Amino acid sequence: MTRAVNFQAVVSFGLNSTRTEFPTMSIKGKAYIAGIYEHPTRKAEGIPIAQLHAEVAKGALQDAGLGLRDVDAYFCAGDAPGLGGLSMADYLGLDVRHTDTTETGGSSYIVHVNHAAQAIAAGKCKVALITLAGKPRTGGAPPGRPPMAVQPPDLPFEMPFKPTVLNIYAMVARRHMHDHGTTAEQLAWIKVAASQHAQHNPHAMLREVVTVEDVINSPVVADPLHRLDCCVVSDGGGAVVVVAPEIAAQLQRPKVRVMGAGEAIKHMAGGQVDLSYSAGRWSAAAAFAEAGITPGDIKYASLYDSFTITVLMQIEDIGFCARGQGGRFVADGGLISGVGRLPFNTDGGGLCNNHPGNRGGMTKILEAVRQLRGEAHPAVQVKNCDLALAHGTGGYLGTRHGSGTLIMERA
Amino acid sequence: MSDKKKDAFSADVALEAYWEAARGGRLLLKNCGACGKTHYYPRPLCPFCMSSDTQWLEASGEGTIYSWSVERRGTPPYAIAFVALPEGPTLLTNIVDCDFDALAIGQKVKLGFETRDDLPVPVFRPA
Repeated sequence: MTRAVNFQAVVSFGLNSTRTEFPTMSIKGKAYIAGIYEHPTRKAEGIPIAQLHAEVAKGALQDAGLGLRDVDAYFCAGDAPGLGGLSMADYLGLDVRHTDTTETGGSSYIVHVNHAAQAIAAGKCKVALITLAGKPRTGGAPPGRPPMAVQPPDLPFEMPFKPTVLNIYAMVARRHMHDHGTTAEQLAWIKVAASQHAQHNPHAMLREVVTVEDVINSPVVADPLHRLDCCVVSDGGGAVVVVAPEIAAQLQRPKVRVMGAGEAIKHMAGGQVDLSYSAGRWSAAAAFAEAGITPGDIKYASLYDSFTITVLMQIEDIGFCARGQGGRFVADGGLISGVGRLPFNTDGGGLCNNHPGNRGGMTKILEAVRQLRGEAHPAVQVKNCDLALAHGTGGYLGTRHGSGTLIMERA
Repeated sequence: MSDKKKDAFSADVALEAYWEAARGGRLLLKNCGACGKTHYYPRPLCPFCMSSDTQWLEASGEGTIYSWSVERRGTPPYAIAFVALPEGPTLLTNIVDCDFDALAIGQKVKLGFETRDDLPVPVFRPA
């Protein structure tokens, strides 16, 4: 029998006491998003996940005006088959000198852009390819639960109580309603705004415009969340190409400059559970500090929308409004492009368009880039969109999750 | 739960006392002799200071609902909750033998145990 190492004293110097401390090294202006692609499929019957990854990789490289042999770095997360980056580099035929398979759930791809920019700034690579693909509708991994070779240590203390992605997020919503008087109608406005945008997207799964009444009259799935408070389940995928400035200068497509990024993890903290905020509080503060701007400067925001409550929590954590004011902020069309105070998810988002592989981070980047390029649908294109933000929450908002924030500028 | 999973839990010597107490209807938390904080789920190394001077601490059995939801699609529907213990930690659990429509944040609940897949697990019912 082995005993645990007997640390009598583990000294902490408090180096992490301010989580928003601005790093002396920065990625600001040191990387560009050169190519994007969103798979048009929402139901990939008979197509393996690896092929979806390949199709989005090709699409993003073609969009950038680059080819397979230009790629020298590859990023993927837990949705990739087999040994992740190894299996996918093999399948795609990549020859890379840098790879990163950071896993923060659905926010992974936003974190990957941060890591790609860091690697580019450090001279480790020049053309980074990031891919996502999944098919929860037609087979593959069950929703939200990538198979784990080693069981998590929390498993016997949580799984017997049947936590689901639904009821864990629902408890965050319940707490917000209790603390701040947030209403189901206010949450419903988030779905209404998404549906207003989705009607213009021919690929969106749900193109029908819905009302607040439609949302609150849909069946309660996990109190207080209704069926229409939830995102869609879809097959599909997407890819992003991040490049060094000298590569971007040679390309023809409109340029999108990486201005700042942040990432953070929030967890159960040994039982000190606090559902009143997410790790987005830290990731967003780091991203804004690096970019040197404030939330008021953002013209368009892609916000992770696994559920309506996810959007509301992030709006407060990012700093678009004060804590507890999220309900009022989103109500009465607050998020509808052209009429609201903060246009969000103009592709229809996960709530109406797609949520490929149960992971919404990639599509959040894609629509933000379209907005900065001026290539969103004309009905939802934000005028003079020069600064945009993409933010993701991966994992479980109420237990353990990883937040990623990315700020981009039209170059 | 598969036999393989159960074997993995029972093979964890750090949790032997936990499961033995649970079989006897007692919930054990961990208290750290170095920093004084109490944590849950239990770990040999304190998640607040990394000391291995962690001792078992029996929960009083009292609790307060911090948040809750009813999974309406469950067959049958069930109530899941975060319950705050007076000892400090808040844990994920189920509220059983309750009126779903009467559940509320701040409601007092008391500890009980149910066997799930041969594991004795702590649940709460209205106090």
